[in-house]
Amino acid sequence: MTAVGESIRTRPDAPVRPVPSARPRPLREYGLFALMVAPNLIVIAVFAYWPIVYNAYLSLTDWNMIAVRPTFVGLANYARALTDPAFHQTLWVTVAFTGLVVAGSLVIGLALAVLLNQPLAGRGIVRTLSFAPHVLSGAAVATLWLFIFDPGYGLVRALLDPLGITSPDFVNSSDGALFGLVIVYLWKNVGFAALIYLTGMQSLPRELDEAAVLDGAGSWTRFRRVTLPQLRPITFFLLITTVIGTFQAFDVIAVMTGGGPGDATTTLSWAIYSEGFEAFDAGRAATLSIIMFVLLLIVTAVQARIMERRMHV
Amino acid sequence: MAVPMSETIPARPQRTARPARAVQYVLLLGIAAVFIGPLYWLLTTALKAPDEIYQFPPAWWPSRLTWENFGLAWDAAPFGRFFLNSTIATVAGTALKVANAVLTAYAFVYLRFPFKNALFLVILGAMMVPGHVTLLPNYLTVATLGWINTYAGLIIPGIGSAFATFLMRQHFRTLPREVTDAASVDGAGHLRTLWQVVLPMSRPMLVTVVVITAVEEWNNFVWPLIVTNTAEMRTLPVGLLILKDQEGLSNWGTIMAGTLVVLAPMLVIFFVAQRWIVGGITAGAVKG
Repeated sequence: MTAVGESIRTRPDAPVRPVPSARPRPLREYGLFALMVAPNLIVIAVFAYWPIVYNAYLSLTDWNMIAVRPTFVGLANYARALTDPAFHQTLWVTVAFTGLVVAGSLVIGLALAVLLNQPLAGRGIVRTLSFAPHVLSGAAVATLWLFIFDPGYGLVRALLDPLGITSPDFVNSSDGALFGLVIVYLWKNVGFAALIYLTGMQSLPRELDEAAVLDGAGSWTRFRRVTLPQLRPITFFLLITTVIGTFQAFDVIAVMTGGGPGDATTTLSWAIYSEGFEAFDAGRAATLSIIMFVLLLIVTAVQARIMERRMHV
Repeated sequence: MAVPMSETIPARPQRTARPARAVQYVLLLGIAAVFIGPLYWLLTTALKAPDEIYQFPPAWWPSRLTWENFGLAWDAAPFGRFFLNSTIATVAGTALKVANAVLTAYAFVYLRFPFKNALFLVILGAMMVPGHVTLLPNYLTVATLGWINTYAGLIIPGIGSAFATFLMRQHFRTLPREVTDAASVDGAGHLRTLWQVVLPMSRPMLVTVVVITAVEEWNNFVWPLIVTNTAEMRTLPVGLLILKDQEGLSNWGTIMAGTLVVLAPMLVIFFVAQRWIVGGITAGAVKG
């Protein structure tokens, strides 16, 4: 759909050369293949696949990363996680946070895309502006929003005070902190969702919509019954990528709340970090990592399943 | 469809009514404000004198601009060093990762190898491994290699490439086969074909992959946080966290100056290379 694939076209008058049918010396070709692929493959094996095996092993042990070797404890870490109220709280925070960010990104992103799909002057600039935060450092964006949320001199107070509204504490209150994080992630992600939706809308065939106009359907009905169903694959793609991304959200949490106050914003991703690199409990961090891996694997498997079904029907 | 059907079309105005259009423009302006507002707040705070930061209601337009906050940030933390480290990690990390993607993609498209397709699935499968899950084992592996707090430890674990390899391979497959075959008949080796024929024909895709990778490397936070442990090895996003913790939340001018230093390069790259970033991101979504 982009101009990317069309940088060169086959010229019909290009001289057709006989293709050498069986090139000689396949061993030399094999060797070159191995040389070209090996660096990538080695890094992937060591730093993407091996960690899964290593995590699985560590999750069966108790280790403070100082002792010479980990102590084997069987499934004790998993048993502890299942019964631990702190872990239940972590799961709940993760689900609430992911749910709010995903629902917000999709709904607001779709609404923004509909607006940007209207023939309005300046919509290109707004599209660019809304997408810009997506490429910015999460740590820096979080630092900026800490100041925006500042109860004394922040932008939120400056805007709400003249209206007579006391600004909620989006950083230090256990009720507000999670919403503060959600606001920042939405500010960062809504433009991405809008851009994807907009690209999808603009690639839809016009005939269906025109037919609906001829049938006298109003704009809302057309949106509900014609546009939205056709956008379902896009919604699905956004749903999966946003779930996977939000599950691993870390930088904004680290800068804004550090999982707190208390454990109000301790998501699974923060818990993995704090168990591993603050409490130095390798067994527990590995257990949480395996749980996150399995949960996201299920999400991806469901995606693959549904995609497959759609293709075959 | 050439039949005149003006009578059958319901009398619906195809053009949106004026009040509705006005509402749409108000919404558009509001949205623009939501995204510009915070960045304007950042820029002006970084350039304000301290007394204007700490006043309420705020000074919406600073009465004088000053670089003082940047000096304070540089005094509070070695920002020059952070900048250097971020630049090294971004340039080297991007170069190595893109090189991996290009070489792997070329090999898979143009060279023969037994069980090539199964091997490609192994590379693609790496996309199923969430990066956050690898943190602890990778930290331990890097420690075993003696790479903690080194550039190697900072850069090498991130140069494996699955998604960029996939994008490059898909693109190479669209290139006309006659051109590369002609090159090989003319006696060009594979590396020369790659460098002189295939890459020049893939420039837009290459730019997309480079820009997207560089943005990721620059913004990378959790890995540099874990793998470095002295101020001399920190990158900008991690250095910013240090600055924030050090200044408490009482010195916003200094902190906003530091924040601006972290954000500005990507903001500039974004507005310059927007077309390629958007192209790459939507290509993955809408084709996928």
